[in-house]
Amino acid sequence: MNYFPDEVIEHVFDFVTSHKDRNAISLVCKSWYKIERYSRQKVFIGNCYAINPERLLRRFPCLKSLTLKGKPHFADFNLVPHEWGGFVLPWIEALARSRVGLEELRLKRMVVTDESLELLSRSFVNFKSLVLVSCEGFTTDGLASIAANCRHLRDLDLQENEIDDHRGQWLSCFPDTCTTLVTLNFACLEGETNLVALERLVARSPNLKSLKLNRAVPLDALARLMVCAPQIVDLGVGSYENDPDSESYLKLKAAIKKCTLLRSLSGFLEAAPHCLSAFHPICHNLTSLNLSYAAEIHGSHLIKLIQHCKKLQRLWILDSIGDKGLEVVASTCKELQELRVFPSDLLGGGNTAVTEEGLVAISAGCPKLHSILYFCQQMTNAALVTVAKNCPNFIRFRLCILEPNKPDHVTSQPLDEGFGAIVKACKSLRRLSLSGLLTDQVFLYIGMYANQLEMLSIAFAGDTDKGMLYVLNGCKKMKKLEIRDSPFGDTALLADVSKYETMRSLWMSSCEVTLSGCKRLAQKAPWLNVEIINENDNNRMEENGHEGRQKVDKLYLYRTVVGTRMDAPPFVWIL
Amino acid sequence: MEKVGVYDELDNLKATELRLGLPGTEETVSCGKSNKRALPNNTEKEIESTGKTETASPPKAQIVGWPPVRSYRKNNIQTKKNESEGQGNYVKVSMDGAPYLRKIDLTMYKQYPELMKSLENMFKFSVGEYFEREGYKGSDFVPTYEDKDGDWMLVGDVPWE
Repeated sequence: MNYFPDEVIEHVFDFVTSHKDRNAISLVCKSWYKIERYSRQKVFIGNCYAINPERLLRRFPCLKSLTLKGKPHFADFNLVPHEWGGFVLPWIEALARSRVGLEELRLKRMVVTDESLELLSRSFVNFKSLVLVSCEGFTTDGLASIAANCRHLRDLDLQENEIDDHRGQWLSCFPDTCTTLVTLNFACLEGETNLVALERLVARSPNLKSLKLNRAVPLDALARLMVCAPQIVDLGVGSYENDPDSESYLKLKAAIKKCTLLRSLSGFLEAAPHCLSAFHPICHNLTSLNLSYAAEIHGSHLIKLIQHCKKLQRLWILDSIGDKGLEVVASTCKELQELRVFPSDLLGGGNTAVTEEGLVAISAGCPKLHSILYFCQQMTNAALVTVAKNCPNFIRFRLCILEPNKPDHVTSQPLDEGFGAIVKACKSLRRLSLSGLLTDQVFLYIGMYANQLEMLSIAFAGDTDKGMLYVLNGCKKMKKLEIRDSPFGDTALLADVSKYETMRSLWMSSCEVTLSGCKRLAQKAPWLNVEIINENDNNRMEENGHEGRQKVDKLYLYRTVVGTRMDAPPFVWIL
Repeated sequence: MEKVGVYDELDNLKATELRLGLPGTEETVSCGKSNKRALPNNTEKEIESTGKTETASPPKAQIVGWPPVRSYRKNNIQTKKNESEGQGNYVKVSMDGAPYLRKIDLTMYKQYPELMKSLENMFKFSVGEYFEREGYKGSDFVPTYEDKDGDWMLVGDVPWE
């Protein structure tokens, strides 16, 4: 490669798109580092506090697409206070100042304000794509700025954000000249939608491939929209309540038949079960189906629909489908790669929930399955051993038994052997979530066999520090470790400080780590930010000796090259 | 039968408790009001563990952040549960002489005969035939329920809906 001029090498690098690969390329030699950094257009930053925008731009001046993640994963479950951090404004300000040609911004778990959206919309002439996942802090006014000012907007994709809906006219802020939309997803908006503006927008967007509506879009509007956009590939239905004999329903049926490119269906945020049959004609083409918000639809209707979906690769569903329903999935969906089964009854004691039988059926029937998220009432080691045998190709295996510490319901044993079988068989496993009754033994297995494991979620598990040590010592590729309510303490935390340099982050809450343990860690590892999150202000952690034995409620540590962050709220103490 | 509507399940218990008892006995009314029966300790334990389909477990102590479901999703499902009727309309059934109570889901049945058959199977007895004027004939046992006024009513008089 040294004999080729830089342009040739650069051209070769163009074919390398994965950020992991590009990171690897940049480490080969100085010359490659230089060529790579000037040609890099897409950058992924897994922790917005690991680096700052100035250093990012110094290294990658030709940046066009930026992905940023803010809060730790457990923030999804209300374990991180709202004001913890993850503000995007400083990033947008810095990018705007540098005049970089930003075209795409993808944010996850960050705090976004209307001010930052307004600045974003005005600063980048070629801005095309905004994807916000699990973000908060903005309103529909911010969306209005994006709509009004981004002349070449291609994607506006809002996934599960908390948006203050001012019931304004943000949809009518798209100018008549805006005809470039490819993705429009506003399913998470709670307020009314200007249906006229929406229909006109869809009608003038011939490239629209993905449209996800909120619950304020009724059935007759849906029918009209589908007539305007028969080229649709990905549809999120909003409200779906109507009389099957009504004219709108018949119009909808007719319109759906024409959507021959439709491959992905989701939404049904308000649904009447009998209307699902309108979609039966296109089911045989569907590769992705997300009915996990359709709580009103009974299992029998779900099953009727799924029986037509022979090409399904991705299925997100509620546990109301039951084990019987999963057996139908197993016998119908032979192409299934990803399955998520969510709980429909969060208070427990569900009567139509799924059990280990459904999981075993799926593993037996779907040979291509590689990712699973499964909430269930009970599990057995035998079932997990069978699943491991049937599906050795798991990349992501996340099992959540709803009752913490629940043992194998047949043998009353811990589930160590079952999970052990999973990690032993699935050599490509990258992500694992554990649940049920578990001892240190399961961690011994994980440390021994889970060589490719990058993310591990632990809750109510283990007996001693040994458990955590097995994982830290064994899993060479570990990136994100998150632990809650488990008896791991300072010994495990401090055993190998250099390990944390190879990881993105560690979260420990309601464990046994103490303040003095965390302080010792912070001293040994100045390149780490060791954050103690302590919401109870009255309980201010004291400095003096014997208070150091006080247990830390929430610990979040992460590697960083830019030191302590300046935007931490008072209840976050960075050691 | 009374339509229970969107009451919280725990509120249902009092309003719709069904009792099977010998006809014309006032004692059954007072016995019916107390949900507990005198039981030897080990039998009580048995009831706890057979739990799954029978018990209306009181809402478990909520652990923060558990189950690990995104708040966005939790909020969506919770609103739906509050709005809709909820799945299943469970009522308690007690029978004179039986050591423990049972629960049945009224939405599983379309008419009274179905319900009666199910109760007969559950409690291993026979309810006899329903006559509009005379009530149930041919059995020592009679199905009754307590309506929201607190009166003991014969099952089967009011239209099923």
